[in-house]
Amino acid sequence: AGEGSAAVPGDGAGPPAPERVLFPPTFSVSEIKNKQRRHFMFLRWKQQQRKEKLALKKKRRKEREALGDKAPPKPIPKTIENQRVYDETTVDPNDEEVAFDEATDEFAPYFNRQTVPKILITTSDRPRGRTVRFCEQLATVIPNSHVYYRRGLALKRIIPQCIARDFTDLIVINEDRKIPNGLVLSHLPDGPTAHFRMSSVRLRKEIKRKGKEPTEHVPEVILNNFTTRLGHSIGRMFAALFPHNPQFIGRQVATFHNQRDYIFFRFHRYIFKSEKKVGIQELGPRFTLKLRSLQKGTFDSKFGEYEWIHKRREMDTSRRKFHL
Amino acid sequence: SPQVVWSMLGNRQFCSYKMTTKTQNFCRNEYNLTGLCNRSSCPLANSQYATVREEKGRCYLYMKTIERAAFPRRLWERVLLSKNYEKALEEIDENLIYWPRFIRHKCKQRFTKITQYLIRIRKLTLKRQRKLVPLRRKIERRENRREEKALIAAQLDNAIEKELLERLKQDTYGDIYNFPIHAFDKALQQQDAESESDSDAEREEDDDDDEDVDKREFVEAEDSELSDFEDMDKLETSSEEEQEEEEEVEKKASHSKWKGKMPLKGPARRKRPYIEIEYEQETEPSTKTKAA
Repeated sequence: AGEGSAAVPGDGAGPPAPERVLFPPTFSVSEIKNKQRRHFMFLRWKQQQRKEKLALKKKRRKEREALGDKAPPKPIPKTIENQRVYDETTVDPNDEEVAFDEATDEFAPYFNRQTVPKILITTSDRPRGRTVRFCEQLATVIPNSHVYYRRGLALKRIIPQCIARDFTDLIVINEDRKIPNGLVLSHLPDGPTAHFRMSSVRLRKEIKRKGKEPTEHVPEVILNNFTTRLGHSIGRMFAALFPHNPQFIGRQVATFHNQRDYIFFRFHRYIFKSEKKVGIQELGPRFTLKLRSLQKGTFDSKFGEYEWIHKRREMDTSRRKFHL
Repeated sequence: SPQVVWSMLGNRQFCSYKMTTKTQNFCRNEYNLTGLCNRSSCPLANSQYATVREEKGRCYLYMKTIERAAFPRRLWERVLLSKNYEKALEEIDENLIYWPRFIRHKCKQRFTKITQYLIRIRKLTLKRQRKLVPLRRKIERRENRREEKALIAAQLDNAIEKELLERLKQDTYGDIYNFPIHAFDKALQQQDAESESDSDAEREEDDDDDEDVDKREFVEAEDSELSDFEDMDKLETSSEEEQEEEEEVEKKASHSKWKGKMPLKGPARRKRPYIEIEYEQETEPSTKTKAA
């Protein structure tokens, strides 16, 4: 084997050496000074590795077949969701404390059907075309919502006015360089305020294979994967945007899907083709949100009491730790 | 002497304060009164010169005279102007008395402009300032990548479909959808309490009763189309064994009646029931039974 490898450097870029040539264990490809030869040797080393891997796979498969029924079950591949660091604030469905909290928090009047959601959508100063169109489309998606443009008005001053006019929620879409990039969602009679970073916004015309416009029917709401306490409260915030009685005739559904701390919003129309099959067709805008901060009162950047802020240094350290 | 200076710097040789553009020459000297490079506005080429400059919101009048030309440190004399606009104009006048008209006029003009922009600054700071937060490239890239990966991991369509089917199973939609086998199952579940063996038997019966169910379904669908007009409003999707003709008729009816509600699906979706072989097979026995 040593002779084989000693003979090869003389080939350089010559024809590939025969298969029986092995690399001696103390030999490292990176020690060859000549780049061409080094590259050549590296390729051969790689080929050999691949061959070994293939042989190993074949062997394993044969063993598996030979065992037949007695073969041990296939190991489950590890995913980030599998390996997620267990969060101690995960909500247990039967938790009484959580149920009690939810019965008495700011969304209780909504969930007890005492209030009907009425939403004000606005933007930061001087919105550009994309943001304007996005606001309009969002207004068609969320029932009972109104778009007002902010002509230099301060948020702190419009909030009391909104409360006076019976609005329950306020959405502010922040814009930068002509694209919307932030969302502030505030529940009005001094409810929590959530600040999100918005990304990959797609307007209706940019969605492929979309259907017709969303109709006036009240859509259903799907909230997926909001597991921790924080996630739960954010989920309730989103649920409080939509009226309680979805009109199933409209067959529209708005989805907020949380995956690894990113909340994906989609708006679909569904049709049940059979009992086990449903077809969905995307209409309406889509965007993704990432929570940046949750504040207890209404919007107040200086003196507000923050319930949760995303601190990059502390919270982004582990790849398998998520907060929502 | 100033003439020599001007003939050198202004016209022929290099002046480091001079900035030339296509139409005009500008002077970058901080003591320049007008900002243009002219014989009368060059602070280097005039031995008697004055400017108005502002520092931290206060305006000062700077003056340069021939007597102090030898002392660069004491060259520019500074006078603080009052905050009151008219008083400051008077102060300029009395300080620049007997000075050339051009300089006096331009000083007052410059002072006016400065006060105007100071007022605007003060007004703007009272309004909301836009806070610029710098993006960190590495973090942006990381977050974008993670978002893509999360999107792939989410498998949104599957999740939504699963959730909708779950809701259908749990009967949140009530009576809107008539899936007969589903109803059959539910009826049986209501009759039998928990036994799984019974449900196995039910499933076998289901397979046997398929054709009967077909027959039933065919008849019911006809009835619903002809008789109940109010049911047309509810989008009663017919059973899983939809016949092609019925589907066509329904779609035509729907197109004429509800233009907005029944979604115009793309060609891909409309083709599906036609492509699937299952449908064709299932229609055959029913037509056979019908003929029989």
